[in-house]
Amino acid sequence: MSEARTNATPTAPTAPLTTPSVTTLPDTASWHDGVVAAVTEGARFAGLYADRDRLIAVLDGDHGFELIETTIERDADGTASYPSLSNEVPPAFWYERAAYDLSGLIPTGHPRPDPLLLPLHPGSDRPAPGAPVTDLGALIVSADTDAPGPVDLRGHGLLTLMFGPVRSGVSESIEFLIETPGEDIPHLNIRPHFKHRGIAKRFEALAPQDAVLVAERVEGIASVAHALAFSHAVESAAGTRVPPRARLLRVVYAELERIANHLECAMRLSDAAGLSVAIARFAWHKELVMRTMSTLTGSRFGRGAVIPGGVRAPRVDPVVAFDADWSRLRNRILDDRRRVMRTSSFLDRLRGTGVLDADYARRWALVGPIGRASAHAVDARWQHPYDGYRSLPLPAEPALDTDGDARARLRVRWQEVDTSFDLIERAVVALDQIEDSRWSGDRPVTVPDGPALGVAEGPQGEVLYSVRFEGGVIARCLARSPALHDLVAFHDAFHTDVFTDFAFIEASFGLSYAGVAM
Amino acid sequence: MAWAPHGLANGTVTTKWPRRPDAYFDDFPASVEVVVPEDAAPAADAAVLAAANACPTRAIAVEAGEVSLDRGRCILCGRCTRLAPETFRFEPGSATASLGREGLIVGAHEENDEALQRLRADLKARVRHLGRSVHIRHVDAGSDGSDEWELQALSSPVYDIHRLGIFFTASPRHADILMVTGIGTDGMAGPLRRTLDGMPEPIVVMAVGTDAVSGGLVGGGYTDGIGIAPRLASGGRGVDVWVPGSPASPFSVLHGILLALGRVDESGLRTRRGGRA
Repeated sequence: MSEARTNATPTAPTAPLTTPSVTTLPDTASWHDGVVAAVTEGARFAGLYADRDRLIAVLDGDHGFELIETTIERDADGTASYPSLSNEVPPAFWYERAAYDLSGLIPTGHPRPDPLLLPLHPGSDRPAPGAPVTDLGALIVSADTDAPGPVDLRGHGLLTLMFGPVRSGVSESIEFLIETPGEDIPHLNIRPHFKHRGIAKRFEALAPQDAVLVAERVEGIASVAHALAFSHAVESAAGTRVPPRARLLRVVYAELERIANHLECAMRLSDAAGLSVAIARFAWHKELVMRTMSTLTGSRFGRGAVIPGGVRAPRVDPVVAFDADWSRLRNRILDDRRRVMRTSSFLDRLRGTGVLDADYARRWALVGPIGRASAHAVDARWQHPYDGYRSLPLPAEPALDTDGDARARLRVRWQEVDTSFDLIERAVVALDQIEDSRWSGDRPVTVPDGPALGVAEGPQGEVLYSVRFEGGVIARCLARSPALHDLVAFHDAFHTDVFTDFAFIEASFGLSYAGVAM
Repeated sequence: MAWAPHGLANGTVTTKWPRRPDAYFDDFPASVEVVVPEDAAPAADAAVLAAANACPTRAIAVEAGEVSLDRGRCILCGRCTRLAPETFRFEPGSATASLGREGLIVGAHEENDEALQRLRADLKARVRHLGRSVHIRHVDAGSDGSDEWELQALSSPVYDIHRLGIFFTASPRHADILMVTGIGTDGMAGPLRRTLDGMPEPIVVMAVGTDAVSGGLVGGGYTDGIGIAPRLASGGRGVDVWVPGSPASPFSVLHGILLALGRVDESGLRTRRGGRA
């Protein structure tokens, strides 16, 4: 076991999760220059949000996570603005729009400061920085009178197809405005605001044990990853030590969730290709994985299992849950994966479809399987190892690919499924050998005032919580799902791809729109 | 690759429910029960009060010393079962759907039989002609994404609702049942109403998941999401079937569908109408 660990050469310096370092800059101009300089020097842009009148950028650099913040002064007329980052730091594009919507901070020079998360009347007032929640509600316009989305391209034969928010089949609500002459997709707009639930405000004033339940519902298909990332923020702020058995069981839950999500992705790609038997088989496998989760936790999504300070005691001994049936399931998944990756009618649709090249993935700081399929090796299990990932043997580096197309994204996911099965197997064996019988800390976790940061690698990528505690409860919380960070790349995934590739590209992204709409 | 013969490789994996019992249906802890002691109302002792205060969605009510729990608000976090294990416990079984909102409230609670009879008769008249070909249109009105997974699972070979003559449809024009998930956000009010307008009468509406029933844990903020009922009320519609759960498990949703069609009863047993199910 230790041998694999020593062979491991993490792709970036390993920084244990601690309280993030905070750099406060005197004004918005120096803040802008500071963030741009840090990103130019190689820091990864991981998010941006507002906390009252403070603007905060989250970066992942050589020394771990860093918050670069500044205070925004309001003008005489009450408006607050700052120089936009988006032209120099592309991934800030959606975050700046979101911060405009939710906190009223105007990014001057932003290429497209349209509403993203709140369906506001065109030209209506934005919430003032630090506005109380009641004011925000009054500004939302009911979708009954919502204006149609923007049209950017004009020309002979061009039409705009409004795809969503209610689409065929069972899917989450989101609208894609596809501007097309009929076959190609030269341009596309994404409007995720329909299911905006006001997640950031929901966190405020909650104690950690309540907030973790909200975290599980930010992105329901990655409940475990969100509970973990949030708990990591709490534990790093409070200095909590998680008992060894809890650390291993967390890995088991997180990897079960990953397998279920990757099978979902394989299922949706098979659906796009019309492979009925493959759809049925992957759906069956996924159901069995979710049942294993419910055997252990009582929830098919592992909800309530991860708590700040540890885990709840499992309902059955993990050794019992992972029996011979589990090994057979692994073999069946392996067999079906080999089949689907040799089915030419399937591969033909994935190969060269929805290409994002390595340079693009790096510039947009893409996370998760989408980034890794384009050679951008961001994986918190390697770069910021936590819980059982610190002791269990991992491959030398995260699953990577260089093709950047839909097939590469699926290949990356299949490799990860292998690793997940290995990790579960080893974690279960290791669990049995630990004498310390505790599943969580003896005392309730109390958090000191101040900033805290936690990450976890969810099935869709890095889940990041940047939280500020005040009086033992949450004052502000950025619950950053990988979907919010990565979906913006969907704009640029159609090069020579045509209308019928849409389903493949969307399925290969495999993102949850609840996580985008917040 | 020869997929067709491979599809036969593992025999039948499909549940026989409701024709035969299913162990996963019966064992899954899909709800919290209020334990009523023999010949007495549930005791409202200190532990119960602590549980009621600690409930993150205020699903537990203690009135005049009597305890009740609203499954339409419960997110199954299990906190009450740990604080007051004598009174609250997870209940195995997936038959959790109800024809009345009141039916989701368990414990010391007078169920209005007359009202329930009226609901049942009204629904029966509407579904009489649906027969063995029932089409469902789903709309997400602000879910966390997990509800959709559970609905999709119904089409998997494990649940295979096609065997019961039930299908998800792309067009509201073909739909008999409108199934709504999510807290009922402002942004989805219009699309939800337009979907309803596109459906032919008669229409059966199902609220699936605690989010859709009451707004759950996330609802109640500035997006006005306190469940889908207020969104429908403006169009003069009501919810016919309430399926609790965070999210509702596939078997609970299936119970809700068959309950709407009168093919099973509240406890999940087949009715005469469901004889051939």
